[in-house]
Amino acid sequence: MIKVEGLTKRYARHVAVRNISFEAGKGEIVGFLGKNGAGKTTTMRVLTCFLPPTEGKASIAGFDVVEQSLEVKKRIGYLPETPPVYPEMDVASYLTFVAKLKGIPAGEIAARVDEVCKRTSIDDRKRTLISKLSKGYRQRVGIAQAIIHNPPVLILDEPTSGLDPEQQREARQLIASLSGDHTIILSTHILSEVEQSCSKVVIIDKGSIVAVDSVANLHNRKKAAETVLIEVAGAESLEVKRRLEQVAGVASVASRESREGTVAFDVQSLEHYSLRPELARAVVQSGWNLTELRATGESLEEIFLELTKSEEPKPEGEVASK
Amino acid sequence: MRNVFTICGKELRAYFTSPVAYLLMGLFGLIFGFFFYSATAYFVMAGMRAQMSGQAQPMSVNDFVIAPLLGNASVVGLFLIPLISMRLFAEEKRSGTIELLMTSPISDWEIILGKWLGAMCMYLSILALSAVNVGVLFIWSKPDWRPILTGFLGLILQGGTVLAIGGFLSSLTKNQIIAGASTFTVCLLLWVLSWVSSYNEAPWAQAIAYCSILTHFEPFSKGIIDTKDLVYYASAIFLGLFLTARSLDSMRWRA
Repeated sequence: MIKVEGLTKRYARHVAVRNISFEAGKGEIVGFLGKNGAGKTTTMRVLTCFLPPTEGKASIAGFDVVEQSLEVKKRIGYLPETPPVYPEMDVASYLTFVAKLKGIPAGEIAARVDEVCKRTSIDDRKRTLISKLSKGYRQRVGIAQAIIHNPPVLILDEPTSGLDPEQQREARQLIASLSGDHTIILSTHILSEVEQSCSKVVIIDKGSIVAVDSVANLHNRKKAAETVLIEVAGAESLEVKRRLEQVAGVASVASRESREGTVAFDVQSLEHYSLRPELARAVVQSGWNLTELRATGESLEEIFLELTKSEEPKPEGEVASK
Repeated sequence: MRNVFTICGKELRAYFTSPVAYLLMGLFGLIFGFFFYSATAYFVMAGMRAQMSGQAQPMSVNDFVIAPLLGNASVVGLFLIPLISMRLFAEEKRSGTIELLMTSPISDWEIILGKWLGAMCMYLSILALSAVNVGVLFIWSKPDWRPILTGFLGLILQGGTVLAIGGFLSSLTKNQIIAGASTFTVCLLLWVLSWVSSYNEAPWAQAIAYCSILTHFEPFSKGIIDTKDLVYYASAIFLGLFLTARSLDSMRWRA
């Protein structure tokens, strides 16, 4: 559905996106993950024909974003970072305007407006001026305008930014409910969002892709060596540490801040060791109380930080243009 | 074509759902009303004086009232039009809605024509106020309607030109004040360019004077439709719209 090959976007002074390639199949939700300024918005703008690529190709449903932009534009719904709404219009007339822009036949417009209002739960605000809407409602109006012509591809730039946690949850549910009919690309810098709603993750840093994978696979990346948090009650910190270090497969033990009466440690394993059963046994056999034992370091957050921390700009992206 | 009307309707709505339309119409009504009152009052006084001194020759309402009034309307227009055109693109660029327009399946030309037509409709509704004033003259006198018609045609063409230029300048910036001020400057320059020919007979001075908007408006207010003037306005409008198209396109490349 979406195909990006060797895409590079260079502005006057800097390279915003260098040589990225990825694909998204029909019905997939792809999470575009990166820090602010990583090149997410630029990539999306190229996909929506708002900006032409400097090098490389991008196509949507087989249509090239440069050569056949009109065909591409018919097939995408786009929610930019700030919803592109006119504050002086009310919700219904705004959506009617967008429906006309997207080329929906005049006879079907009213029905489509009704449908997307229901879908995004804004039908109670249809006659409200957009300037009077809260941020959450505006965002929903933004999503409503993106899906009004029922496009096969949805491109959502930070659809949950600026919303409160409750609204974020609603927005995520809404996006998840759309996934059946649409291929969705959404960008975000919130990791839990990707874990919850996306089937595929593209991690981008400083304009380059550092990982393209399914959420499950990314989790497995870290599994080889694990970090375990262990908390023990009724014992001396130093004593426990010494005991833990003797367990087979332990690479290092680091003290953590501990609550009253308990001591806590981060235990790092050697590769291919599963530490938890051994650690539990060691603690119990020493006569201490085991209060907590869990694997950490598997959240996408850590993987993300790991991937984007040490990444140097790739030299092949800096090809001189002239 | 449908897209052009969609955009045009949206622009008109934007003017009329905000105070902008009413403010501009009110300002124009006030200023033009004053001009109208002055011109007719002066005409009545001059008419009485002529009668008292025994001159039997009838005075022309067209020459003494309508022609100067249309000239005034043209100058007031030069001041008001930047206020209409300044928001055309600058507002959308600032609020980000330009992204909606440019990622919708419509062409740049449809956006530009729609916006220009919307602004033209706004300008026409302002101009309609002056038609009310001029209409009043028909109740008590018998002015020749033909120069009035050409005069309004001239005003419309002049408005179209300035709106096209203003739209272009608005597409260059996110800031409405900058768009408005630069359009105003260009309008003022286009107006006073004609002065060059009054103190210099050289060909270049004539050429510069030819570019003046007012040089081309005067014949219309006298009831003359000259191809030369039509060509001037048509090419100026086209140039303005064309530059706007280039400017929109350059947004893509410059970013």
